[in-house]
Amino acid sequence: MARAVDPAELAPTQHAWEVDAGAVRVRAGRRMAVDGLDLRLGTGVHGLLGPNGAGKTTLIRALATVLRPAGGTLELLGVDVGGRPDLRALRRRIGYLPQDFGFYKRFTVREFVEHMAWLKEVDRRRVPGAVQEALERVGLADRAGDTMRTLSGGMLRRAGIAQALVNDPDLLLLDEPTVGLDPAQRLDFRKLLRDIGDQSCVVVSTHLIEDVAAACNRVVLMHTGKAVFQGAPQDLVDAGADSDLGDTPIERGYSALLAQHREGARR
Amino acid sequence: MTDAHVTPEALSAYVAGSPDLAADVEWAVEAHLEACADCRARLGEAVHTSAPEVSAALDVVWLRIAEAAPAAPAPARAAWRSRRAWAPPALGPWIGAGLVVAALAFLVDLGTTTPGVPSLILLVAPVAPLFGVAAAWARRFDPMHELTAATPGAGLPLVLRRTAAVLAVVIPALALAGWATGLSPALWLLPCLAFTTGTLALGTLIGVGRAATALGLAWTGFVITPALATRALTPLLGPDWLPAWAAAAVVAVAVVALRARAFANLASRS
Repeated sequence: MARAVDPAELAPTQHAWEVDAGAVRVRAGRRMAVDGLDLRLGTGVHGLLGPNGAGKTTLIRALATVLRPAGGTLELLGVDVGGRPDLRALRRRIGYLPQDFGFYKRFTVREFVEHMAWLKEVDRRRVPGAVQEALERVGLADRAGDTMRTLSGGMLRRAGIAQALVNDPDLLLLDEPTVGLDPAQRLDFRKLLRDIGDQSCVVVSTHLIEDVAAACNRVVLMHTGKAVFQGAPQDLVDAGADSDLGDTPIERGYSALLAQHREGARR
Repeated sequence: MTDAHVTPEALSAYVAGSPDLAADVEWAVEAHLEACADCRARLGEAVHTSAPEVSAALDVVWLRIAEAAPAAPAPARAAWRSRRAWAPPALGPWIGAGLVVAALAFLVDLGTTTPGVPSLILLVAPVAPLFGVAAAWARRFDPMHELTAATPGAGLPLVLRRTAAVLAVVIPALALAGWATGLSPALWLLPCLAFTTGTLALGTLIGVGRAATALGLAWTGFVITPALATRALTPLLGPDWLPAWAAAAVVAVAVVALRARAFANLASRS
């Protein structure tokens, strides 16, 4: 027949927010790393900022359906993960780059991404094309035949981003994706983020504030397991005064908000 | 759709963008062209002969595509081999560990000539596959566990595939050793299967890695060590206990089937 349109392409969205968390609590080991976090994220690129130990990685792991929330509600792409959700259908639509990801050293880059495409149940006929597209998007197509063990840190990071992209996710979760990337690669990566953010919900955890300023539509600032600020990067800039710590306006805004929150918690 | 192809008149009108071609006919021509390679070829020729400027513009487009194309094109077929779906590379060393244990037990059995000493291969058969089974689904033993756990492929089918891959290597090895030492296959096969399924069943509660460690240590501590110390084989491995081993395996399979979701579920702790 002339042309077939996948019904999934035409299905209306049934949810208002890609990520909808209400007072969610997630345990990391014995500690409650995410403790009563309220968050609503729609389409676009969301930067997740916060000091070490703020609960960014734990939150991302809960969003990636790896950790079960210990309390509160968490809806991902309209699916309530607290009940008995259809995890398979949900996970097909999620892309996830962990902070430290393991890999099989003898796999070539292409095999690694193909292995992930197979695990993500990408249609078998689409796998070679989808893998090539993901590798080209992160600029690794010319290294596709090399084994994972020969890659540098920045290249490994990009291979990890490629596997997160390979299933064309509606919800893309990247934990510290820019670690190890050189300045030119980070510029390319920001452009890639903006492209994907046009249609998907992208959550990027980082402590490089300039990445947030350049690539994100929204900023979520986390501290001690809670979201203490949500807004546009410009709002973060406006929160800072010249007297605050930092070299750029957005850094000053960041330290001003954190200081406010620390003081509020002490009182 | 009929089998009729686009008439030459309609085709040349289409190429010329002539207003004589009615809108409904133009739609029909386009729909047919999408599905019919022969008519597309005729269209290509018609464009080439009657509209050289279009043809030239098209050549420029092809040239630009060729420039932008990557040096290494995507292979038509996946490089990834389907055996990876059964046994990821992380499983190899752990299966090997089980084989080494079985081989050592076999060598000791060959070396002992005194009657009455319990057969070591019989004693280690239940735990030999547990090394590989532990690595089938455990954060500690699989470097890609974090990535795998967040994919739709995670779940009981994946764990069973990997367990089957472990058994496909370990059981023939045990069979060879058992045959060479003259053991009845049922005597070692049933305990071996009961321990494998039992590990998965216990694994739905406490994690496969922990389950394999617990069962392996329990068997070593409560059966292998006393048997070696007293130089008497436990009655557990005698023919009288075979129905019990079979029953244990069946119960374990039922538990795994009932709790299959545990392998896909979210972890409540890391």
